[in-house]
Amino acid sequence: MKKWFMLILVGKDQPGIVAQITRALYEGECNLGEASMVRLGGNFTVMLMVQSAGDEQALDHLIGPICKSFNLRHHVDAIEGELRHHVEPDVRITVYGADRAGIVAEATGTLAEKGFNILNLESDVGGTADNPIYIMTIEGVAEQGIEVLEEALKKLAQDQGLETQLEPIDTLIG
Amino acid sequence: MAVLDILVYPDPRLKQISKPVEQFDDALRGFVCDLEETMRVGPGGVGLAAPQVGRFERIVIVDVSCKPKIKHHGRLVLINPEISWREGSTVGREGCLSVPDYTGNVARSKFIKVRAQDEFGQALELHMERYEARAVQHEMDHLDGILLLHRLVSRRDLFRRQSQEATSPKPKPL
Repeated sequence: MKKWFMLILVGKDQPGIVAQITRALYEGECNLGEASMVRLGGNFTVMLMVQSAGDEQALDHLIGPICKSFNLRHHVDAIEGELRHHVEPDVRITVYGADRAGIVAEATGTLAEKGFNILNLESDVGGTADNPIYIMTIEGVAEQGIEVLEEALKKLAQDQGLETQLEPIDTLIG
Repeated sequence: MAVLDILVYPDPRLKQISKPVEQFDDALRGFVCDLEETMRVGPGGVGLAAPQVGRFERIVIVDVSCKPKIKHHGRLVLINPEISWREGSTVGREGCLSVPDYTGNVARSKFIKVRAQDEFGQALELHMERYEARAVQHEMDHLDGILLLHRLVSRRDLFRRQSQEATSPKPKPL
């Protein structure tokens, strides 16, 4: 019986990481599930659901040599793999402004207080070295409704000098 | 009246290009009733195209009247539909009865003018916007064998597209 694991990989970005890691997993008779792979500040990061008949050590053994050759750090955890149970976000929020410490904590703290459950969060640092800007896009479920979030975001924008946008996601099924 | 079976990706028949309807008879109207019943039986479905139930003719039905606070034309039967004018672009979340447990972001024209016939062969010309226009474009894609999977845009495109939208021209009146 195959079990699910979460494989986490981090290292300096270079071509071939995904191809070689997934080839090794495939040849090791693993199956892959959902994944998030993204370059963050020059690092390539991978969160990958892997289904395998082996245990954590067997997975380590499969990908160890490749991690070594790419100089990647990795970590494997046994997880519950819940496929076909997607939760649909109903709100998309964008927060941006001049970069400084505390934007994420302030914004997500405000949202959590108003019953917002984050499903996805992506953020980038753009702008120039002298004038960096922080841009964050969040999708999630407004468990206490959108109105309370709108109010809270307006106040956040005023108090923190940020720009905020809230857009309902009304998924069309056709 | 009957609830029809829905073809599900990767069924290759979903890629087929549908043929125009030539006969507007009782058999056609009976099929339209079945198509509508099939759309209404599923949760949240606001449209359905004939090829989704294995009938490869240019017939779609759309009804977004269940959505609050939007402009719409109620129950629509669009046969041999064509988009004669389009303007603006907007990204929105779509799911599909033929692609279960998946939703993705798709760019669509914000305003469209559609020429079609109803189930009696009567010519129609409708000006639609936003959610209803999205539903019609989604369903019309099925007539050309196109699924939302062919049109996905990444989450990262959303922010850029929203910013562009702010400066897009106002639509012309009908």
